[in-house]
Amino acid sequence: MTLLDIQNLDITLSLPNGPLHVVRDVSLSLAKGEALGIVGESGSGKSMTALALMRLLPRSASCTAARMAFDGQDLPALDGPAFTAAIPGPKIGMIFQEPMTSLNPVYTIGRQMTEAAVARGLLSVPEARQKAVALLDRVGIPDPQDRMAQYPHQLSGGQRQRVMIAMTLMLDPDLLIADEPTTALDVTVQAQILDLLDDLRRERQMGLILISHDLAVVAQRTDRVAVMYMGELVEQGSAQDVLFEPRHDYTKALLAAIPRLDGPPRHAGDSAATDEVIAARDVTRRFTSRKGLFGPKRETLALDGVSLSVKRGETLALIGESGSGKSTLARILLGLDQPDAGEVRMLDRPVADLAPTDRAAFVQPVFQDPYTSLNPRRRLAEIIARPLVLRDEGDRASRLAAVEEAMERVRLPARLLHAYPSQLSGGQRQRVAIARALVTRPQALICDEPTSALDVSVQAQILDLLDELRRDMGLTCLLVTHDMAVVHEVADRIAVMYRGRIVEEGSAEAVLSNPSNDYTARLLAAAPRFGETAEDRQVAR
Amino acid sequence: MLRYIALRGLLALLVAFTVSLAAFLLLNVAADPAQAIAGEDATPEVVETIRARYGLDRPLAVRYADWLGGVVQGDFGESYYWHKPVASLVADRADETITLAFSALAVTILIAIPLGALAALNPNSWIDRLALGVAVSAQAVPNFWLGLIMIILFAVMVPIFPVSGDDSWRHFVLPAFVLGASSVPAVMRLTRTGLIEVMGADYIRTARSKGFRGWQLLRRHALRNAILPVISVLAVQLGQKFGGSVITESIFAINGLGRLALESILGADIPTVQMLIFVFAIVFVAMNLLADILNAALDPRIRIG
Repeated sequence: MTLLDIQNLDITLSLPNGPLHVVRDVSLSLAKGEALGIVGESGSGKSMTALALMRLLPRSASCTAARMAFDGQDLPALDGPAFTAAIPGPKIGMIFQEPMTSLNPVYTIGRQMTEAAVARGLLSVPEARQKAVALLDRVGIPDPQDRMAQYPHQLSGGQRQRVMIAMTLMLDPDLLIADEPTTALDVTVQAQILDLLDDLRRERQMGLILISHDLAVVAQRTDRVAVMYMGELVEQGSAQDVLFEPRHDYTKALLAAIPRLDGPPRHAGDSAATDEVIAARDVTRRFTSRKGLFGPKRETLALDGVSLSVKRGETLALIGESGSGKSTLARILLGLDQPDAGEVRMLDRPVADLAPTDRAAFVQPVFQDPYTSLNPRRRLAEIIARPLVLRDEGDRASRLAAVEEAMERVRLPARLLHAYPSQLSGGQRQRVAIARALVTRPQALICDEPTSALDVSVQAQILDLLDELRRDMGLTCLLVTHDMAVVHEVADRIAVMYRGRIVEEGSAEAVLSNPSNDYTARLLAAAPRFGETAEDRQVAR
Repeated sequence: MLRYIALRGLLALLVAFTVSLAAFLLLNVAADPAQAIAGEDATPEVVETIRARYGLDRPLAVRYADWLGGVVQGDFGESYYWHKPVASLVADRADETITLAFSALAVTILIAIPLGALAALNPNSWIDRLALGVAVSAQAVPNFWLGLIMIILFAVMVPIFPVSGDDSWRHFVLPAFVLGASSVPAVMRLTRTGLIEVMGADYIRTARSKGFRGWQLLRRHALRNAILPVISVLAVQLGQKFGGSVITESIFAINGLGRLALESILGADIPTVQMLIFVFAIVFVAMNLLADILNAALDPRIRIG
């Protein structure tokens, strides 16, 4: 029985410099209880297609379709109020990808979860609260009863995302559209959420559209996959066919770009060097917070006696869930934060003895979000030269030469020298961040989730670049990430963090193929594997 | 929340103290008060007599401590001009100004917020353009001119309201409109941009996906967020109404604090001017404190750090 039928969908955005055709001639259909994956990179039109269905397109967009029917109901025939009353919420629910901003900051979780069901007269207030608590529990929120009275800013990103999911399920939608529902989540939580969606689909015959740039996740969880590229649906078929017999060139390129978690790691710990570039010994860091004016002080032990060393020329991956302390450790290794106990040494000198500018010449950071870590009012030439200016190094000409060299290294065309960050793509921006890090010719880079904000194809390029720099410049690299496949791709050695401690450390090969710690094994088991399909998973269960 | 209020209150006290010092210094150091009381043509002997009589020959610090000590007990000294305690003089006239300021604020709110909201919900439509036009012209028109025009239009040509005085509510309609109009542009523009920003927020999209549209969406999810910055500005505007009453009260012959300020300045009545500056400043500080508390009450991110 067909739940959703879209034929020849076209969406046009009218922009100041002319109309932009963002979705072209897309036809999709979905049966009850079926899961459809839509894959494509940012800007491919996959989110626009979903928004059109919910009538949530921006004002400047216009949309036409030969047919757009839900459960036998012709959607364009419904006028505004009729559509609002019937479709969004109880018929089609949608989960958005921005968990930090998708909940209203001034209302409690409880109010936001229950209001729609109560306003529609579906449930009484006590019933709605009961259902909300049960759903929060089901998505894995601890102490759901207490959470109901809390505000979004008191929850972590992952928790907010789970609240969003639970909130959408409050109205028991017949179709759930999940737009990158798990990008903000750790692999273990991601697996749990996707399992939950699978279960709901089976229990309630709910239709599911899973929108993602992650082909591995999509193939694993859906019956059929649609691949979108530049607004067009280039390929559609069973998950199996699309993964193993891709027909379109774009699908093939996308598949080739995905970091694999199978087979031996690309690096087998081939660096023979033993001198330690950066070393942390017994580093401990506590954070204290106070509840209320006279409340007791609460201590959080973010790092609990961590020892870690990065050897010359190697890429060490530091992996763990959010909250495990990996970013705190990265900040301390960069000298941006001081440990409460223990010591950090750079090339066998205590970091405390180094002047900030010397430290900056030695180790440089690359941050996660290329959209916010570059000053939007400065040109690339200024951004990249900034560390040199701060160090008061060289004159105008020599700085320009250094900038040009750094840009060449990261393969940014020289014509972008005077461009602003807003004129660049995400991948180009991350290259700028790397060029800025390289301009002081540092010995080491500390990269905090350098690719998690990027599309897979771009991610592959950035990972290749980091690898090339390591080879050519003998650069030492500490890579902080939660993505196992990325680790598999570039790491020589791996250190696994869990609750402020390093629970396992060893060569990439050993850790990935034969983890000795339970937590590492769980992390590996939860990571989506390329080539696994929904059927495989079911068999495994 | 209590901690927050206590902290803000303490800060407000500090500001009040600073303002009292500034007001005192401004009046006592910038010019010679004895000379000002005596008048430009007075002989040096007369000036010296006045200086001694009002205790202006004492050191500045002593005079300030003396004055501040009185202020703490509610005693602002005696008016040189009316020969009455300044505090009772101000208390007698406060009614009119408070009525005028709050009705002017009501006018601002009633015009600016609906207009701003309409403009925000229909950006770049004719309503938006019209609202912008109103804002620009209200900004450009001086208060006294608007006051005179209103008198000509609605008191002389079409005599709906009295020309001047402060005997009934009808007397306050025109002055409240004139005084309120001056704040409309700022509040309206802020409401508009605030609401446009909020309506584009991700959580509004979430609410729409739950099936809220139109008025329900506005009331349930947008208003509280959009109103937060407006509250702070309204507090400042209310403070300005008290200060701005000087001109409006003169035009409409309302016997309030604004007129008192004008008269005491012309009469070189330093204790009265000093108290009025202090009172206007305290109103400003108090309104800002109130706005901070209101914002904290409406926004959990401020309340629960």
